[in-house]
Formats: sequence, structure tokens, C-alpha cells
Amino acid sequence: MDDVLILGEVKEGSLDARSLELLGIGKKLAEDLRSKLSILVLGDSPANAAAEASSYGPAKVYSVTHSLLKDFQPELWLAALEQACQEIKPAVFLMSHSFMGRELGPRLACRLGARLTTDCIDLTIDPQDKLVLRTKPVSGGNAIAVFKCPGPVQMATVRAKVFSPVERTEGAAEIAEIGVQIDQNLAKVTSLEIVKEEVVALDKADVVVSGGAGLGEEEGFELLEDLRKALSKSFGSVMIGCSRVAVDKGWISSDHQVGLTGTMISPDIYVAVGISGAIQHLVGMVHSKKIIAINTDPSCNMFKVADYGIVEDYEKIIPALITKLEDLS
Amino acid sequence: MTERHIIVCAKQIPDPEAPLSDVSVDAENKEVVVDAPQVISPFDENALEAALRLTEDLDGRITVLSLGKKLSDTVLRKVLAAGADELILLQDDAFDKLDSHSVALALADAIRKIGEYDLILTGRQAGDWDSGQVGLLLAEILSLPCINLAREIEITGANVIVKKAHPLGFERVQAPMPALVTVSNEVGELRYISRTKMLKMLRGASSIPTWTMADFVSEKDRLQKMDIIELSSPPDMGRDCQFLDGATPNEMAEKLALVFRELK
Repeated sequence: MDDVLILGEVKEGSLDARSLELLGIGKKLAEDLRSKLSILVLGDSPANAAAEASSYGPAKVYSVTHSLLKDFQPELWLAALEQACQEIKPAVFLMSHSFMGRELGPRLACRLGARLTTDCIDLTIDPQDKLVLRTKPVSGGNAIAVFKCPGPVQMATVRAKVFSPVERTEGAAEIAEIGVQIDQNLAKVTSLEIVKEEVVALDKADVVVSGGAGLGEEEGFELLEDLRKALSKSFGSVMIGCSRVAVDKGWISSDHQVGLTGTMISPDIYVAVGISGAIQHLVGMVHSKKIIAINTDPSCNMFKVADYGIVEDYEKIIPALITKLEDLS
Repeated sequence: MTERHIIVCAKQIPDPEAPLSDVSVDAENKEVVVDAPQVISPFDENALEAALRLTEDLDGRITVLSLGKKLSDTVLRKVLAAGADELILLQDDAFDKLDSHSVALALADAIRKIGEYDLILTGRQAGDWDSGQVGLLLAEILSLPCINLAREIEITGANVIVKKAHPLGFERVQAPMPALVTVSNEVGELRYISRTKMLKMLRGASSIPTWTMADFVSEKDRLQKMDIIELSSPPDMGRDCQFLDGATPNEMAEKLALVFRELK
């Protein structure tokens, strides 16, 4: 009762990094509320993850084991989560703003009669009424809002890499198994297949060369690829990024997308080619160490956040740049 | 073959691509002031495009619903110019700054009033509050099968089959209709609408049906406003841009190559 509960996500049998960040902010809220921190893990065999979770300092680990929770079928997971929450009766329930959390958060909140705030970057307790104050960037990142919501469970999803992860502690928390009643009939949505694709890990890149609407055509990315190869000779890992518009136009796959609904990155160098700089893109790359912008419009947003700028047609600049890079190397 | 009815929910917002200088924060009134034209939220345009493509291949019609305090005929008629069959404005002063759950409750009432439908499409999130909740909540309220973050949608018989985003690539999932699908931008941008077509639609005499709260909301006491405690400007992201000038592209490129060498 009255616990601060977090949902632990299990990747390859082990607790993921974001769950440790959730434990971090969860611990702070539990202290402020003078209550206890607990963590919930679900799966077909979450025992390892539960044991691991117990060593990160929660007061209690709740574990739900069911063969139907092997894969992520949202309707089955929701039913299990709803039953677990009815038993645990948390005062606060936090999830990652992850692939799973984005879907489970709103739907579970609806079932629990709660109001959720998504993608939070800070959470504090209002000393007066003990409700959670939820800080979240809005308007693509143009403003920061603090929300308060009524409701029996205070729910939020939390942005990655904002809170510090907790460290392992001595000793291990009690692990409590929670039984749930779920059956296959609850699943109206059927998975036909999961197709693995080669996905670029943009957040691992040292340098990102990104293209947007200003490229004018899909072939523009071929030029960026040439630049990527040229830069690869001098820099570690160089990858291709893009703006949302480039994905909308079908020029490039969405795993290359940088920004609020793509990947948030902070490489050593970010090269923005033909990207005007919609705020939702800027929030995803503005913490890059150096930003270089190439655009024909001198008044575009991208130059406002850039360290170096060139106002010229990229089709003239990039081939010349590749030649110069080769001359210099 | 029976006619398919697709409902698309589209939100009117200030242009999220507006230059930074046109956006300011009114902390006192807790409002983001955007001095830019109103547009349809980008992911909702993607949802409309998905609906248009679906009705190309089968006998179907599209109804677009838009809910807000002050809606613009001119902005939203774009959906008709793009090919939607009907637009219904859900407009009332009471719809100002509703929280996600309340928006979903109101939309659910409007959809119940419309009656028969096969598919509801919403954008994955709106470009103003970026909450990403209304579609999912709507599915819960209407007890519909729900698929989040669609990259591609097709209708086969009584089922909707969706290529859904997945951390490893994508997942193909299937649900019986009626169902709700939230749409991501991989679906593709809204088709080009010629100026002539747009002007024709704007001059069109037909008036757009407008429902006020009293026309369709069943329990108005359940609608709640967002409780914004504080609104502030984000930390300044600006840097002093050093422009690399030159008489020719070659000269500029040379300066940039030197920058790269320095950063190495």
C-alpha cells in the first residue's frame, strides 16, 4: 500500500538501463512521501531480473510470471498490470517513456482511473497534497510545463537519460510473486511476425551527417553518404541522420530520424544539411558538442543553434568539401 | 463489398515548424504564444494520408473529426480538398485546454453519435502538447482493439493488418474491425493539394457541420481541464554561429574542411 512502484523492463533476461534510472527517481519520490520504493517485473520467466532488481535497493520486488507474457502483447500485459496494481495499490506508478511505456502508460491509466503525464523530465512531490508534480517539455520543446493531476494513482512515463541510475546495494529485497488471471482470449490483436531490420544506433555515433527537406530529393542522401564515408577516415563512427520530413517523404527509414519522436543524440559533431530546424528536431540534437549547418536560408532556426554555418546550396558544398577533406588528410 | 467507414481525428494547432523567434512563453497566463498560422497537427495529416490510401483500394468513405475551442474552417477544409468525404467540427469554449482523457471522452461521444465505423485513425501524438495519449485512451473508452505506432496499414476482409513500429524493426499485427490505429510518420506525408483545388474547396458553399458540447457530450461534468502549475521557457539553446563565407562554394568548403581538421 502507498508504495512508489516502478515498472522494470527486462531485456535479454536482465533489467534494462532505463529501469535503473526509474529506480533513481522513484527512490527520491518515496523518500519525499516517506513511503517505500518497489519494483514490478513481468514476463514468462522474470526470476533473474527480479533477483537482479532486488539488489538495487527497493524495499520490495513484485514479480508476475505467466507463459502468456513471453512476448509483448499489450492487451495481455495490460490485464496483468491492472491486476498487479489492484493488489499492490501503489500511490505512484512510474514507467519508462519507452516503446512499451508509451503504449501501456495511457491505457493502464485509463483502466485505473488515473491521469498520466508522458515523457517527464522531472517529478517532485507537492508538500501540501502529496500529489506528484510532473515536469514535461511541451510544444515540441519550446516550453516546459509542470502539471498536476488528480487521481488515486499518480502516473507518469519518464524520459531516458534524465535521471541518474541507482547503484547496486548490499543485501537483497524480498521478492513477492503476484498471481494473475489472463488468457489468450483477451488478445484481440494478433502478432503475425516480427521482422528484424538493420537499425542504426544513432546514439552511438561520434559524428552524424543529417539531411532534411532542403535536400530536395531522395538522391541527396547519396551525397551525404559520400560525405559520411569521407569523414569516416578521420572520425570514429559516422552515421546518417535525418529530419522527420525526410522520413515522411519516404526518402529514408525512420531509424535515422533525429528528434523528439526519433532518437535523441549528442554526438561530437552534428552536420545538418538542408534541415531548417523545427523545434522537435532541435531538441533531439541541440546538445551535440559541435553543430555545423548547411542551408540556403540564412534565417532558418538551425543557424541559431549552430557553431559553424554555410549559406549555400549543399549540392555545391558537399562535393567540394569531400575533395578538400581528402586533400587535407 | 460493403462500404468501409474510416474516422480520422485531426487536431488544429499552431504550426510546430514555426521559427523559434515566433514562439514565446506567457508564464503569467501559462500559455505558449505562437505567432504562426494554424495547421493540422503533422501526425494527424499522416493519419489522413493513411485513410486516403486505404479508400483508394476499396469502397470507403472518410469522416474527419476535429475538436477544439476555436477551429478554423480554412485550416480544416484542407482535409476535404485532400479527399476526405466529410468534416465535422466539434467546437465549444468548454473544450479549451482539456486534458487528454477528457478529449478522448468527448471524441468517444462524437464517434458514438456518428454510429457505424470500421476504423479510427489518430496521429501518434499532437504537435503542441506531445502527450501521445488521446488515440490510446479513445480505444480504451470505446473498448476497441488498438494498434499503436503504425508504419503501414491495410484492410483485408474484416481485419486491419498493420506494420507496427518495433524496437528490432517492425511487427506485423492483425486486429478485427472496428479497431483503432495510431499513425506514425513512416506512413507518409499528406498528398499534395493543388492551389486550385484548395481555393475551390474554400469557396465551396457547403457549410461544415459544427457540433457544440450540448450536441454530443453525454456527461459534461466528466470533462476536466489540464492543471498547469507552471509554464516556463526552456534553457536557451542558442549558440553564436560563425558563418564560413567565401566568394565561391569551393572557398567555403575549404574553410569547413579546416574546421573538421581542427575538431579531429
